[in-house]
Amino acid sequence: MPNGIWLGAAADIDFMVHGVFPYSFFGHTVWITTTHICLFIVLLVLIGFAIAANRAMKHATEVPGFFQNIVELIVEMLDNMVKSTMGKSAAKFANYIGAIFIFILISNISGLFGLRPPTADYGVTLPLGLLTFILIHYNKLKHQKLSGVLKGLCDPWPIWAPINIIGDIAVPISLSLRLFANVLSGVVMMALVYGLLRFIAIGWPAALHVYFDLFSGAIQTYVFCMLTMTYISDAIGDE
Amino acid sequence: MDFNENFILGCSAIGAGLAVIAGIGPGVGQGIAAGHAAAAVGRNPGAKSDITSTMLLGQAVAETTGLYGLLIAMLLLFVKPLLP
Repeated sequence: MPNGIWLGAAADIDFMVHGVFPYSFFGHTVWITTTHICLFIVLLVLIGFAIAANRAMKHATEVPGFFQNIVELIVEMLDNMVKSTMGKSAAKFANYIGAIFIFILISNISGLFGLRPPTADYGVTLPLGLLTFILIHYNKLKHQKLSGVLKGLCDPWPIWAPINIIGDIAVPISLSLRLFANVLSGVVMMALVYGLLRFIAIGWPAALHVYFDLFSGAIQTYVFCMLTMTYISDAIGDE
Repeated sequence: MDFNENFILGCSAIGAGLAVIAGIGPGVGQGIAAGHAAAAVGRNPGAKSDITSTMLLGQAVAETTGLYGLLIAMLLLFVKPLLP
């Protein structure tokens, strides 16, 4: 049993990622973990919703029905959020920001339905942070050209370049660690409540679920998307 | 000198407890942010939604340092990097 992947504290406190079955990947033994399975369930739900929404919008009516109303509400809300922070370049990024917003939100909330939230695994949040990193620097190169990037790097004086580089690298790390640690702390708290107070944990943990899964999850989703948008519009600059 | 396993685990637990003291800083910082936001809403109630979103964003960024402490505590307790 390889240490490091699953090490619960006691037998009945369980919040770690578990390996489900191993497979061989170019000679390495790799594990399909509970994170993969929860991620798969979340993605299935999202794809199902997307197909249903697509079908509803193909037969869109002038006076929206119930489901069409909900879909339009969600899209309008996301569009307004992107437009209010990114201004002119909102149209290009509304799709990406909307997609990661819905994905992170459903992932965080999935703790309510008995899954282990996929975002409580650093392997899920780090790629999200790296995507933001790539978008920031792609847009910086595209809009400020190489000279602008170099000028930004040597901001007050050229001697500050190493510090600016460290600051650039810290962005995806802090973004992903923030999301990961917030969700993980919720998972740990709920596991402690259910593990240690097993006999009196009846009913009232619902209030904790509302805070740790719904409130904290929604805030962190908002913060992740907001920071991504701020960084990207900062990289685009004002033209 | 070699120490036995229980000694290392006990010291790890003490270290984890010390690491989460990092939570004091973000607590104070978030409180200050919330207090100023409340004052700002009192001065200009019309801008409530803007102030709230700015406050939440700032608080989430301020929270990061505390979460680093939490991560260190988690590593010490569950990954046990100090065990030989």
